[in-house]
Amino acid sequence: MAEPLLELRGLNKSFGGLRVTENVSLTLEAGEIHALIGPNGAGKTTLIQQISGALAPDSGEIRFLGEDVTRLSMARRARRGLARSFQITSVIPSFSALENAALAVQARSGSSFRFFRPAAREAALNEAAMAALEEVGLAPRAHLPAAALSHGERRQLELAIALAMRPRALLLDEPLAGTGPEEAERLIRILRGLGARYGILLVEHDMRAVFALAQRVSVLAQGRVIATGSPAGIRADPVVRAAYLGEEEGEG
Amino acid sequence: MTATLLLVQVLNGLQFGILLFLVAAGLTLVFGVMDFINLAHGVQYMIGAYLGATLAALTGSFWFGLLLALPAALVFGLLLEVLVFRHFYERDHLSQVLATFGVILVLNQGVKAVFGAAPMQMPLPEALSGGVRIMEGLLYPSYRLAILAAGLVTAGLLWFLVERTKLGMLVRAGASNAPMLSALGVDVRRLFMMVFGFGAMLAGFAGAMAAPILSVEPGMGDNLLILAFVVIVIGGIGSIRGAFLAALIVGLVETIGRSMMPDLMRLFLDPSAARQTGAALASMLIYIVMAAILAFRPAGLFPVRT
Amino acid sequence: MTWRDAALPAGVFAALALAPFLGFGQSHSLTLLARAMIFAMAAISLMLLVGGAGLVSLGHAAMMGVGAYAVVVLDHARITEAWAVLPAGVGATALFALATGAIAIRTSGVHFIMITLAFGQMAFFTASSLALFGGDDGYTLYGRTEIFGARLLEDRLAFHFACLFCLVAAWALVRALLASRFGRVLRAARENETRVRALGLEPYPYRLAAYVIAGAIGGLAGVLLANATEFVAPAYLAWQRSGDLLFMVILGGLAGPHGALLGALAFVLVEEWLATLTEHWRLIFGPLLILCVLFLRGGIAGLLGRG
Ligand SMILES: Nc1ncnc2c1ncn2[C@@H]1O[C@H](COP(=O)(O)OP(=O)(O)OP(=O)(O)O)[C@@H](O)[C@H]1O
Ligand SMILES: [Mg+2]
Repeated sequence: MAEPLLELRGLNKSFGGLRVTENVSLTLEAGEIHALIGPNGAGKTTLIQQISGALAPDSGEIRFLGEDVTRLSMARRARRGLARSFQITSVIPSFSALENAALAVQARSGSSFRFFRPAAREAALNEAAMAALEEVGLAPRAHLPAAALSHGERRQLELAIALAMRPRALLLDEPLAGTGPEEAERLIRILRGLGARYGILLVEHDMRAVFALAQRVSVLAQGRVIATGSPAGIRADPVVRAAYLGEEEGEG
Repeated sequence: MTATLLLVQVLNGLQFGILLFLVAAGLTLVFGVMDFINLAHGVQYMIGAYLGATLAALTGSFWFGLLLALPAALVFGLLLEVLVFRHFYERDHLSQVLATFGVILVLNQGVKAVFGAAPMQMPLPEALSGGVRIMEGLLYPSYRLAILAAGLVTAGLLWFLVERTKLGMLVRAGASNAPMLSALGVDVRRLFMMVFGFGAMLAGFAGAMAAPILSVEPGMGDNLLILAFVVIVIGGIGSIRGAFLAALIVGLVETIGRSMMPDLMRLFLDPSAARQTGAALASMLIYIVMAAILAFRPAGLFPVRT
Repeated sequence: MTWRDAALPAGVFAALALAPFLGFGQSHSLTLLARAMIFAMAAISLMLLVGGAGLVSLGHAAMMGVGAYAVVVLDHARITEAWAVLPAGVGATALFALATGAIAIRTSGVHFIMITLAFGQMAFFTASSLALFGGDDGYTLYGRTEIFGARLLEDRLAFHFACLFCLVAAWALVRALLASRFGRVLRAARENETRVRALGLEPYPYRLAAYVIAGAIGGLAGVLLANATEFVAPAYLAWQRSGDLLFMVILGGLAGPHGALLGALAFVLVEEWLATLTEHWRLIFGPLLILCVLFLRGGIAGLLGRG
């Protein structure tokens, strides 16, 4: 079998005495949506940060496209095709939506050490950026500054930026967080369309989305992967129900 | 270079380092707790020197002058805080730099307008005007030794205050995480005013103590301020321990470098060239040391914030 | 980009070009205007750092100083030809900026402010210790820089237009840089560094390049300043001068290089005017500065932009 797109081998990380990642191994295949769920504070964001390169693991290995990337900087990993969205929206506030996406296109196409030509007039950048915005349905708002967008729209922009990078794998940290039901519906539709093209590691609390989208689900609790399997299998797993789904269903 | 001369330079360096520490201590705490960059901290040192010299002349006694200069410097610092600084806490560092720069312009000029541009003298106290025989053939001025001792005692008190008292605990907590402190219901504003006033007083104390051995003149705080910045950058912003160690390093490197560099250069160059390059190198030395330390520890020797 | 970004500076440049013929042709006025234009150039280069890259440098006067001392060193060796002086001044400053920037840019925020201040001070004390070039007292040039051996710049009007030419070039360059791909990375990294990294761009080389470019423009301003006064002293590198430059940038507003242009011109003219009123003009200037920072948030450009 060919190597998976992304593979974590025995990752460990602690903050002081607190172990937030404990011997985590998992894989992400091309064309797959792999959901990562778990209660608050389970260590999902911390794991995404280690994969993207924002945090260094204490031990273990991260392999991407068949190569060890554990020691590479965040920027290097991004250039190899690892894109992430942030749990807390992270865009350039004063840039327009279009320019936010155009910056992502610029980052992967040619040198950014170009000093004289106005970047805003580079048709190639703008076209690719606009295509990404269209994909998430943000094209009509392309010329508004990101700061003026609604929260849901900024989540969409966050996704558009990740798409504009033309990545091989997407790490999405709660893309639906804080969006209204209609916006969530729309984002789920978009994500389903993307799933076939990229490998997506999806961190999400919205169980509806998880079970609608994911081919595989892993459950993280107190830093450890306690189960991995098909959505149906996970739903039925008594260990998972005890650790996680029980409280979730009790609420809803 | 004889051993005696080296010893003198070491003592001078330590004494300069202690003065630097007194100025840097307030600066580093103000940074730490309030994230406020105060270029005008150096003028507080100058104001201390002027207050000391003036009050000593008025009362006819060095000791009264020094004693009265402390509360006067405190009041002056708090006045500046109320008039100017507190309006800039919420602003970015750039605005703070400029506003406090404006304060420097005014105070340097104000001092010139009131006292004239010529340096002022503050006489040495009678009891300390002599020297102490440290070793054969070495008579070291007792006043300089007194500065060293007073500085060390103050540093010790400060350490006790910051490390061992409840107030100090709050200050340290503020330096590592100020939002957390206000979330816990501590009145950060008031805490800061206290830190600020205290820092101003320390700087004023340093100025008043240095007044008899330096010329008291407009702008005298500016260069010291920049060295104090170097000190807190090397030491790690917000760290008293770091400031102390870094102040001694800077004081020693600065003093010994200046006296030894030209001699050192004479090993390689002819005397006049040695004097020139030695002097130039000596003036760069402290910044080279800073760059070297930061190259390995970008957050300074004792980083407070994680 | 609004029309003001181009029209406003175009008006200012036109006024500067016409000034000598509209009653500001006496030597005193021309000296003042040259000074204003030179500082405007330095302020524009600083604007690239502060407004573009978010790097608040408190050591920018050192850039002007290195450029000015390059003129001194060559003058001492009796080299006054522009084709030697200009590359030397600009190149020396770029090198200085590269060496200090490589360390300073590893840090950020308050650390960056203090480290640039410290490096500026290092340059200042080094200049003071150069007894060969007058030490603290400074150095008087034998003459202004020559162009192909011709003493063109001795003519006040010619010098006026040389300064204006360099100023326009610096403005156009910084404006183009900010709008380019390069400038876009700088501006983005100023607002959200993590985002830029996550896109695959490491801000460091871009910031360092900006620091070197700004330094080089500052160095050119220094070369011109040395020529304007035919005298160079360590005071050119004093940290207060760096503070002045920073104030010019803020006074004008951070919206674009035209802000720094307006700020510098206003600064130099107001300073000159106040100095004719009283010897203690700083007592007025200081509070004025504080009030401007407190209340004039968008700077002069912001005021004009609103009207
Ligand atoms: N920089 C840090 N220093 C210390 N502890 C941290 C740090 N970052 C996260 N933690 C702790 O690590 C644990 C895991 O946090 P993480 O943000 O990864 O959880 P999460 O699964 O993403 O939670 P949520 O669902 O709320 O987003 C938490 O207990 C958190 O408090
Ligand atoms: Mg999380």
